[in-house]
Amino acid sequence: MNAPLRRVAISVLVLFTLLIVNINYIQVVRSEELREDTRNTRVLAEEYSRERGSIIVAGEPIALSTETDDRLKYLRQYPDGGLWAAVTGFYSVVYGARGMERAENDILTGRDDRLLVRRISDLFTGRDPSGGDVVLTLDPAVQQAAMAGLEGKIGAVVALDPSTGAVLGLASTPTYDPNALSSHDLDAVRETADQLENADPDPRTNQATQQRYAPGSIFKVIVSAAALENGYTPETVVPAPQTLTLPGTRTELENFNGSACSASGEQPLIDALTISCNTAFAQLGIDLGEDAVRQMAEAFGMTGEEFDVPLPVVGSTTGDIENDAELGVASIGQQSVQMTPLQAAMIAAAVANDGRLMKPHLVDQLLAPDLTVIDETDPEEFSRPISEEVAGQLTEMMTSVVANGSGRAARISGVQVAGKTGTAENSGPDHNWFIGFAPADEPRIAVAVFIRNGGGTGGDVSAPIAREVIQAYLDGQGG
Amino acid sequence: MAGPSTDPRAPAPGTPVPTRRGTEAWLLGFAVVITLAAQCIVDLTATGSLRPELATFGIWFTALWVVAHLVVRKLAPYADPLLLPCVAVLVGLGLVMIHRLDIAEDGGGEDAPVQLLWATIGLALFVAVLYVVRDHRLLSRYAYILMLAGLVLLAIPAVLPASISEVYGAKLWIRVAGFSIQPGEFAKICLVVFFAAYLVDKRDVLALASRKVMGLELPRGRDLGPVLVVWVVSILVLVFERDLGSSLLLFGIFVVMLYVATERSSWLVIGLLLFAGGAFVAYQAFSHVQARVDTWLDPFAYYDGSGYQVAQSLFGLGTGGLFGAGLGGGRPDTVPIAKSDFIASAIGEELGLFGLAAVIMVYLILVERGLRTSLIVRDAFGKLLAAGLSFAVAWQLFVVLGGVTGLLPLTGLTTPFLAYGGSSLVANFGLVALLVRISDAARRPATPHVAPQRLGDAPTEVVQR
Repeated sequence: MNAPLRRVAISVLVLFTLLIVNINYIQVVRSEELREDTRNTRVLAEEYSRERGSIIVAGEPIALSTETDDRLKYLRQYPDGGLWAAVTGFYSVVYGARGMERAENDILTGRDDRLLVRRISDLFTGRDPSGGDVVLTLDPAVQQAAMAGLEGKIGAVVALDPSTGAVLGLASTPTYDPNALSSHDLDAVRETADQLENADPDPRTNQATQQRYAPGSIFKVIVSAAALENGYTPETVVPAPQTLTLPGTRTELENFNGSACSASGEQPLIDALTISCNTAFAQLGIDLGEDAVRQMAEAFGMTGEEFDVPLPVVGSTTGDIENDAELGVASIGQQSVQMTPLQAAMIAAAVANDGRLMKPHLVDQLLAPDLTVIDETDPEEFSRPISEEVAGQLTEMMTSVVANGSGRAARISGVQVAGKTGTAENSGPDHNWFIGFAPADEPRIAVAVFIRNGGGTGGDVSAPIAREVIQAYLDGQGG
Repeated sequence: MAGPSTDPRAPAPGTPVPTRRGTEAWLLGFAVVITLAAQCIVDLTATGSLRPELATFGIWFTALWVVAHLVVRKLAPYADPLLLPCVAVLVGLGLVMIHRLDIAEDGGGEDAPVQLLWATIGLALFVAVLYVVRDHRLLSRYAYILMLAGLVLLAIPAVLPASISEVYGAKLWIRVAGFSIQPGEFAKICLVVFFAAYLVDKRDVLALASRKVMGLELPRGRDLGPVLVVWVVSILVLVFERDLGSSLLLFGIFVVMLYVATERSSWLVIGLLLFAGGAFVAYQAFSHVQARVDTWLDPFAYYDGSGYQVAQSLFGLGTGGLFGAGLGGGRPDTVPIAKSDFIASAIGEELGLFGLAAVIMVYLILVERGLRTSLIVRDAFGKLLAAGLSFAVAWQLFVVLGGVTGLLPLTGLTTPFLAYGGSSLVANFGLVALLVRISDAARRPATPHVAPQRLGDAPTEVVQR
């Protein structure tokens, strides 16, 4: 009987090999798929069983995890949720994470490689693993001023420190309460999400980073920059007719409200920007040529490429320009030109920082759970779109805009503010823009304000909000 | 332990055969240490502190194996030294996982102490078997009584009302006064003993009288009787107890023993065809069999119903990945009835692929040591019995683990030694006792013929050929 016995022994080996091959298939090959199946609650429960790191602004957490008696151990809370929603996003059992919760998820959960050493030591010391903290560059005074200015409107405010690229404020309205989406009461979460989804626009959409709009006249800063780089000076006299017939068409381009820019039909460049003369800039753009305008826009960051701050920012672009007529319209920020409010702030910041555009960033420091700094953001140059000299000339021109022109509503007593207004036509009421920085001689803050379908002018609607934001920051800094 | 040159049946005269009891003691100690360490890890991970009950558990668990070892030393000194340690580590790991699931299921009862109690009862059976059955050949005298007992045990749940016998759709239980007994586990052993005795008797007829058809040595029609009877019984089990597992187990063991006894592979083919035919008819005729198979083919399609358990088991295994979530770090309680049927997926989730593969390897060692015993034991009955018992463990593990991992349709069988469940644990202790007894006989040096007579054990002589 020994021959069949040996064969049975081998069969058993084969059977067990089958089992082991099968568990290899399940636990290695299909592991990822099974782990990430939405019906598999394990990973989620695991994530919620650890203390997620906090998101911190000026020493105070704007998002933190608190222990509960629930099935899911830690609840994500946002002490002043509506104020910071555009930055924090939410952390939902049902809908996953958005905003910084998503962008810095690895740090917050403790999965990031920079926390590897600590994770290993947790393993040996038996310490409960927990996530790291994310310290943001934001300034509460700026954020509050921005949200106060946006109240009741659809829009966005972005404020940057021009010398570093640090984001000082990032606001988007309408806002929402991330607490309602991060609750452990799943039915309530779904109900809130349905309400948000049916609102127009969905408050979860970040107007500052996720939406692009026609920039209108703030684009004239870029056209001016291109002109100055090509031998123009603020005093160069440019044609500024009452109406401009676009080349190759019968379309008459008018100025705002059909008014004349100057009695003589021409004016210095600085005056054209100060009163935001459409015909002058359309002609100027056509004279400079598409390449000059497009290259300058790209140098300011309008490459059409998405980038991270680390919130994802959709790319701004000058779009397709087919002919000189379209180039003329694009030169006053219409046509196919599309810009995010964050990009608008970057333009102001580049001018403010002597022509050096710093990479915008929201994260100041990453902290390990024991609060030691594991990473710190060093300011990084994004591009150098204009020379220091041109930056000085542009500052002079933009100062004139606020001092004497369309941006007078942004004036602050005792502080020189430089800026540019924008009123962009679209299918609805006009969008209202303002970009600017202050103090003009030694800029400490650059701001972009965008109001969707505000219906007024950039000067009426947006400039006052910018003023409040700048004022709040300079006051807070002892300025 | 015999080297390649040593024929265990003919040890060099004068060389004392080592008993290997020291090896067994060391390995048992190792198993106990693994178990206690795992228990500590579970407590520390889950509750952050060590329970005072841990000391009681440690002492009790250690005592179990000290007793087992001493009994083997006394009653079966030449037994295979690996059998008991394998069982110890499996039982220990099972207790750890059950305790771990106790913690996870808040207020879900304390099943681990109950299981420890069952292990103690199992040990009592182990000792009793070793004490009573001094020579395994003795058992063949009671073959037909054991067959009757086996069939009755197998049939009881089928005839009992569902309220007493049905759990999760399979009617293979007797539930009385808070106790659940799966008589099939005991029936399995009784029937293996019967098969062994029966086949030793009839194997010549079954093997020799044959016709050659298409290259296969086919047995005569009338010799097909016994295999047909077992086939019918297993089909009845499938139909009336709705348990594919017991049916598959019973039939598989019988066919393999038949093959070993006759050395005719035609029996394997016949068995396979019969089972395939029976299973196909059952699939056509019974909706519950169909449902099982459909669920097996795509558990995720029936996620909200019959596929939930397997789907959760697969999620657990997948999440565990290579190294697992660590003891106490996973969510094995997400799988329904993880303590009994799905304990393997709990191990796979928390100890990972490596842990689960290691457990399978321990089973493999246990089974192959059993089969090795079968190879070297001198008498035909012992050979068949050891082969049957070893293969029973292997086959049961394959069917259960195959079910849990989606390789086979899900059955109601439990993982031997690991899973929560008194009857399974106790019965398998009995099974191991028999293996220990046979392996003792296998490795015991052939004594001069005078020696057995000295004992005056009449029954032993009767069956000796």
